[in-house]
Amino acid sequence: MISLAHFIVLGTILFCISVAGIFINRKNVIVLLMAIELMLLAVNMNFVAFSRYWGGPAGQVFVFFILTVAAAESAIGLAILVVLFRNRATINVAEIDSMKG
Amino acid sequence: MTQQILFYAFAAVLVASALAVITLKNSVHAALSLVLTFFTAAGIWILLEAEFLGLALIVVYVGAVMVLFLFVVMMLDIKPESMREGFIRFLPVGVIVAVVMLAEMLSLIGLTVLQEKQLLVDPAIAAGGITAWLGKALFTQFLLPFEIAALILTVALIAAVTLTLRKRSGVRTQKPSQQVLVKRDDRLRVVKMASEGPNNGDAA
Repeated sequence: MISLAHFIVLGTILFCISVAGIFINRKNVIVLLMAIELMLLAVNMNFVAFSRYWGGPAGQVFVFFILTVAAAESAIGLAILVVLFRNRATINVAEIDSMKG
Repeated sequence: MTQQILFYAFAAVLVASALAVITLKNSVHAALSLVLTFFTAAGIWILLEAEFLGLALIVVYVGAVMVLFLFVVMMLDIKPESMREGFIRFLPVGVIVAVVMLAEMLSLIGLTVLQEKQLLVDPAIAAGGITAWLGKALFTQFLLPFEIAALILTVALIAAVTLTLRKRSGVRTQKPSQQVLVKRDDRLRVVKMASEGPNNGDAA
């Protein structure tokens, strides 16, 4: 039988893969956004698994809200990306330094 | 047994496609592997008997978010080669951080305790299905967050449109608001002057 540990380990592996993705793709903003989506998926996996194994609806309702906010976040992120590309003609993170941060 | 085989197969596909997302050279291929990742995750959720969220994941992510990603990737003209600088340089750092983090997380969460936990057979779920169960919680206990989520989506919609709205210069258009505001004095000037006529000079 599949236990709760299986799902938690799977979520952990997924989260670590996306962290590695943020480290190795530090030039490409689009892949960075995709890595963030992967992280949210890993967290959602934990929420669903805990909700099913403990029997409370709160975990699954929370996944519902995470999906909503993630959709809003990616829409605004991609809009910012489009405006950025229009103004600077690049999405290379290293070249986006106009704020001198 | 079948469930276990399915779980391991789905988990293998999930990890492989997630690795493909972060390593593939072409952004379009990365986005397509992300679609596969979400699809497989939905399969695992359905295996977990959370079928409503699994289907919602497919509809929201595969149907909407990833299509948006693909549109943006194809609209922007990016050369894949220029995006690969530093990939080899940061690869060891990324792998080390990920492996250390994985080891730390796995040592922290009590796996032996979690292993004893078996899937709950909730009578409420068995009676009306998980969708009804989730809907009841969503529209009673979590009604205010639900409304706020709707507000967040509206704000995101307006923000995305206003961000990408482009003002073109040199385009001749009518401005009805200013046309309506025009007064008589803006267009017509009454000039006071002595009258001009054929008899004007003769009187003197």
